[in-house]
Amino acid sequence: MDSVRSDRSVDGTALALKILVAGGFGVGKTTLVGSVSEIRPLRTEEQLSEAGQLVDDIDGVEKKTTTTVAMDFGRITIRSGLAVYLFGTPGQDRFWFLWDELATGALGAVVLADTRRLQDCFPAVDYFEHRSIPFLVAVNCFPGSRSYGPHEVARALDLDGGTPVVLCDARDKDSGKEVLIRLVEYAGRMHSARLLDPAEPDPVG
Amino acid sequence: MTLEPTSDTPPGSGHWYDAEAGPLVRPYAMTGGRTRPGPTSVAFDLIALIDVEEDALAQADDAALGYEHRQLIDMCRVETQTVAELAADADLPVGVVRVLLGDLLEMNVIRVSRPVPPAQLPDEKILREVIDGLRAL
Repeated sequence: MDSVRSDRSVDGTALALKILVAGGFGVGKTTLVGSVSEIRPLRTEEQLSEAGQLVDDIDGVEKKTTTTVAMDFGRITIRSGLAVYLFGTPGQDRFWFLWDELATGALGAVVLADTRRLQDCFPAVDYFEHRSIPFLVAVNCFPGSRSYGPHEVARALDLDGGTPVVLCDARDKDSGKEVLIRLVEYAGRMHSARLLDPAEPDPVG
Repeated sequence: MTLEPTSDTPPGSGHWYDAEAGPLVRPYAMTGGRTRPGPTSVAFDLIALIDVEEDALAQADDAALGYEHRQLIDMCRVETQTVAELAADADLPVGVVRVLLGDLLEMNVIRVSRPVPPAQLPDEKILREVIDGLRAL
């Protein structure tokens, strides 16, 4: 069927890029997306049958019942025909099944971390490392939290060498912009390296 | 039977259908109960770009278009839209928008541009543009 075409983006007419913002609950994902873009709530939903084995205790509920998950969604227009879309990943573990769709084709991801509970971002770090999705860790510097250097955070998270760690204030637009710029630079390097080395497995499997 | 989220569910009881999970919704009334797009089986990415095919639309069977179909078409006419934008702006769940777009695609009244995987970006110029654009925000 010819009605689905992909040539439009290649000729530069319209291009959409996707960046994920992940991290533990309450770490500032919504704040970051809101500080750099016009933020809107996005409702998505999954049928329970796809939501995994944790939800099998619902006898009597119709098979096609769905659960709604709210995500943060923001758009940054670079120019006409080129926009970056930010998606705040749902924080709770039970919504992990949504991540695969979000991660497919993503340019990269920001993993927000809070040094007072660094362990909250372990799952996100693992997720992106396993799928070879370029990501950086942005430490959201909350007032009153002890400050750690990027190297200390990288060591504590046992990051692969080269994964950037940046300090940021998610409330601050310039700081949020800088995080995204660092990510795009890093993702560009990672994606071109992968192009040069076709032996690398397909990152999205 | 009521499936509203229950506020009296004690925390940690193992119930997933609490306030945080959001409301449980009935099978999609406005899609005739369908939860998957039709036989074209297009997987609409959240950032797939949707344009209106005006010529085909002019010849389309008006009766086949519901209110929500028209709403989506009107939005895409103003400017190319992504699936996520359509869902957010029409205040519809993403799954509902996908089914409706599947209908429109079967009628050939929209054009869908799949997002380019980042690894296949034509050149670094695009990313340079993105970086410059971010700086200029």
